[in-house]
Amino acid sequence: MIAYYGRLALLSLKKNVLLTGLMIAAIGLGIGAAMTTITVNYLMSADPIPNKSERLFAVQVDNWSPNEAYDEPNLPPDQVTWLEATQLTEAKMAYRQAGMGTSYGVIEPKGQDQKPYLASVRITYADFFPMFEPPFLYGSGWTAQADEARELVIVLSKEANNEIFGGANSVGETVTFSGNVFRVVGVLDEWEPKPKFFDLATGAFNDMEDVYMPYTLKQALELDTSGNNNCWKPIAEETFQAFLNSECVNSQFWVEFEDPDDKHAYLDFLHNYVAEQKQLGRFPREQNNRLHNVMEWLEYQEVVADDAQMMMYMALMFLIVCLLNTIALLLAKFTGRFGEIALRRAVGASRRTLMLHYSVEAAIVGVLGGLVGLILAWLGLQGISALYGDSTEGLTSLDGTMIAVGFALAIVSSILAALYPTWRACSIAPAGQLKTQ
Amino acid sequence: MNQIGPIFRALLRNKVGALLLALQIALTMTIIVNAIHMIENRSSMMARESGMDEANQFHLMYVGYKDSFNERVAVETDLLEIRKLNGVVDATQINSTPLSGGGWSMGLTTTPNSQDGTPVSLYFVDDHGLNTLGVELVAGENFSPTEVTYRLSNDKQWPQNILLTEAAAKNLFPDLTPAEIIGQTVFIRDDEPMTIKGIIDHLQAPWVQWSNVNNVMLVPQRGLWNANRYLVRTEPGERDRLMREVEELLLAKRDGRLIRNVTAMDEQRDDAYQDFFALQTVLWVIVTVLTLVTALGIVGMVSFTVNQRRKQIGTRRALGATKGDIMRQFMLENLLITSSGLIIGVASSIALNIWLVDTFSLPRIGWHYLPIAMVVLVIVGQLAVLGPARKAANLSPALATRTT
Repeated sequence: MIAYYGRLALLSLKKNVLLTGLMIAAIGLGIGAAMTTITVNYLMSADPIPNKSERLFAVQVDNWSPNEAYDEPNLPPDQVTWLEATQLTEAKMAYRQAGMGTSYGVIEPKGQDQKPYLASVRITYADFFPMFEPPFLYGSGWTAQADEARELVIVLSKEANNEIFGGANSVGETVTFSGNVFRVVGVLDEWEPKPKFFDLATGAFNDMEDVYMPYTLKQALELDTSGNNNCWKPIAEETFQAFLNSECVNSQFWVEFEDPDDKHAYLDFLHNYVAEQKQLGRFPREQNNRLHNVMEWLEYQEVVADDAQMMMYMALMFLIVCLLNTIALLLAKFTGRFGEIALRRAVGASRRTLMLHYSVEAAIVGVLGGLVGLILAWLGLQGISALYGDSTEGLTSLDGTMIAVGFALAIVSSILAALYPTWRACSIAPAGQLKTQ
Repeated sequence: MNQIGPIFRALLRNKVGALLLALQIALTMTIIVNAIHMIENRSSMMARESGMDEANQFHLMYVGYKDSFNERVAVETDLLEIRKLNGVVDATQINSTPLSGGGWSMGLTTTPNSQDGTPVSLYFVDDHGLNTLGVELVAGENFSPTEVTYRLSNDKQWPQNILLTEAAAKNLFPDLTPAEIIGQTVFIRDDEPMTIKGIIDHLQAPWVQWSNVNNVMLVPQRGLWNANRYLVRTEPGERDRLMREVEELLLAKRDGRLIRNVTAMDEQRDDAYQDFFALQTVLWVIVTVLTLVTALGIVGMVSFTVNQRRKQIGTRRALGATKGDIMRQFMLENLLITSSGLIIGVASSIALNIWLVDTFSLPRIGWHYLPIAMVVLVIVGQLAVLGPARKAANLSPALATRTT
């Protein structure tokens, strides 16, 4: 029976190719625009580490000025000081914990034909690797002993390893970084979590760092600070140690719990820690300690760009216009067939049958519109990635979920659009219509 | 005009169709008005001048990596050699540039240890800074060569004299004229005094979205931080050649440093506003396609109405209505629907704008957007009706009245 309706529907759609084309184009364009922008928003707010995002927490403590909050309304800084990054990591009060920051330096060429390599560096603790689970090509992260002993160990990104060692297994080899000889302990595979949730300070969708080394080396080697550094209080002396001991926030601190509920115990610990620091004359503000798990943190830091949201709302409204358009066109079309409908009713077709018949017709328009929409969405995403360049890398691909969402949206929209016109068509009184013939 | 009555009554016979079209037009207007507002808003931000001579400037970064790299000697000789190159107007070391997105900001106050500071962004330059940047003095004097000092990484001291942009100076001393501000003292790091030696017309901070983007302080110091930037200004048309020449000149020294990011200033501008441009493009595409969809929708709708009313049209023509009368009927009908849609559209455009202002802190729309959008949509509507209406007018009365 459905096959018969399908044939009838196709026949009727073919009868007015222009109108059918217009409806399919309208739905297709609406779906295309909506899907393009929904995909960007969906990927921007995606869970970057689904297996443990509930158990990883960003830690905030409020060391800011007594006179004004870091941000209104009374929000603590997004980052922590060197003191907190080291002391809280070394307190080991969570299942795992890692303070971290960024630096840079030059890796010297190994041979004559190589060029010096300017590397961005993530300085962090041994727990970083089991916490954030970057995939390793060769070797592994370093040990907690290496942190403590300030060993000159380094983990290379795949890209850095390609650059310096031509992609070979370099574990055990050495590299000279800013005049110091480091031992390679591990090489990462491709790793680009989007968003870069553990450090949003300079951009949520920035590239990963080129190399990784112990945070404890920052003090030992007086490593430069890159990224975002924010101070409220003048630094006491003209020494590197004074900078480290200052109230400048430039590091991140993350903890992992075995059970998300451990966060309450950890907040108690933070309260005691800050109380102790207050004894030392730091933390002039009220206690204001916060823990956010990964998804809460992305929300709190408003990772989804305003522009992306605005575009999505505009595109959704555009979709509504396209649907209104389709409703009007379907209505006009069905109205034009009142005579035919009346005749079918008069010779015995039930309302249900007619409803089904016209719904099939609408669904066909929906499916075709959905197809056109997906193609347009794919094109739209290419366009977005061309317009925005590198910053949208990894944010413009259609995955299975999005394709399914696209089709569902197309079919639901077209059925919705067909609802009123179909009802109108089927509720006419056959006698009145036939009379005018 | 006496046609309005019958047209209105005809409309009432197809209320839903007319309502749908009116709603579509209302929503179209809402989107167009707000999208164009966003586009205009970004355009006005992009149109702000950086204060530099962008077409004739470039900068590059060096990073020393060998102990043998003597930065102080390198900077002094580099700058002398670069300035001597044929086609170079001037050159300076500078820690950051407008439009670069990375830099250093501090708070200045007019009394020591005061709480409300004026945020300024800092550029460290030498006495060639003004000429290289391409900014003009409004009052006071430029730095003299002798007052340029060297600054190490952990240095905390500030030099005696500074220059400010007029915007920053006005923020600090709202009641004084530029000439009066010269010689005034401002405080940095709570209580360290500095004297305002000169005021420059205009220069932007590195961050284009910063609310204090016009607040800049020039500091007469060269940074010895092992990594820094040179800014070079050239004669018109000489820049691209000099970008290569300067890089080669520095690389040829082989003194234990690398050179990166040789960037023309106008390229820097495109980078800084890439996201703005992208948003504008996306919105333009939406606006254009939307107008097209709405127009085609009207064409489709009217074609149908014409088809449905063949007999009536034929009857009217037979009773003496001219082609123009028939055309006018459809045009007027569309005008009626469009106008009611646009009236709803005014309300919904304002409503959406209020929501956008609240949610994304966008500025209010200017009232002039509304009449312009209305006129444009009326024209689009009338143009869309034109085709089908002409077809209706050309129906031969004899054929049209014949029963099918």
